Amino acid sequence: MKVAVARFPGSNCDQDALYSLREDIGVQAEYVWHGDSSLAGFDAVFIPGGFTYGDYLRCGAIASRSPILSAVSEFAKSAKPVIGVCNGFQILCEAGLLPGALLRNAEQLFVCAPVHLRAENRTSLWTQGVDRILEIPIAHGEGRYVCDEATLERLKDEDRVAFRYVGPNGERGEAYNPNGSTDDIAGVLNEKGNVLGMMPHPERATRSVLGLSDGQAILKALTLVGV
Amino acid sequence: MPTVRVYVTLKPSLLDSAGRTVAGSLRNLGFKELEDARIGKMIELQVEEYSEARVKEMCEKLLANPVIENYRFEVAP
Repeated sequence: MKVAVARFPGSNCDQDALYSLREDIGVQAEYVWHGDSSLAGFDAVFIPGGFTYGDYLRCGAIASRSPILSAVSEFAKSAKPVIGVCNGFQILCEAGLLPGALLRNAEQLFVCAPVHLRAENRTSLWTQGVDRILEIPIAHGEGRYVCDEATLERLKDEDRVAFRYVGPNGERGEAYNPNGSTDDIAGVLNEKGNVLGMMPHPERATRSVLGLSDGQAILKALTLVGV
Repeated sequence: MPTVRVYVTLKPSLLDSAGRTVAGSLRNLGFKELEDARIGKMIELQVEEYSEARVKEMCEKLLANPVIENYRFEVAP
């Protein structure tokens, strides 16, 4: 398993992602540049967080139109694993690889804190190993997931809500939704279930010395994929 | 050289949290008549030659996200 960590001008979680994948998850990982147009030799893609292109126009808008995203799009179609975290999630939505969009947090605050997540889907490539409530940090100012009602119904019907923000025991409630996301949604899947976008940062929670290691439950999925 | 002004606004059904904050601040300044404020973007484009179809394409390919935004444009007088 060799994972491409895509770097754009303004990515800032790229080193965390590479380190976490190599040292804690135990897979090969290498950077790819936004101007690259091929992902030959890679088995999965990680689009890290940051403030690509200074969040100009809309978060992720410019990055989503860069050459590497054409390659990611082809990659996604072939059912290989793709994960976008935080700004990476915004980029995947802007690229049309995931439905919906991410807007300014309802309360205008940049929220940097651990949150609890419940995996709603337990069968996808990414969520099959999640058997408990996870605690993973968020760090964003624009993470309010929105989509129209028809899309929301479709996501629910097709079991594509990957994660919801919940309380420590898995309970739903406004108090546990850190940004005003529609239906407490923290992460969504594409139709095939191989593309995951999520605002929380699993790569920042893969060893106990960092305080949290629940990100392992998600990223370890990469070690289960036959390549 | 024609200047085209593109106005991009958040769909009315979506909460504009920045606009709401600005409205609160204006109310604090005594503008009690204020019910709401919404913030959009105005993008000025200088083009060699104006083509409605080309500007529409620019809006749809990059300048606006149809999931969350509406847009309109005009040639500046």
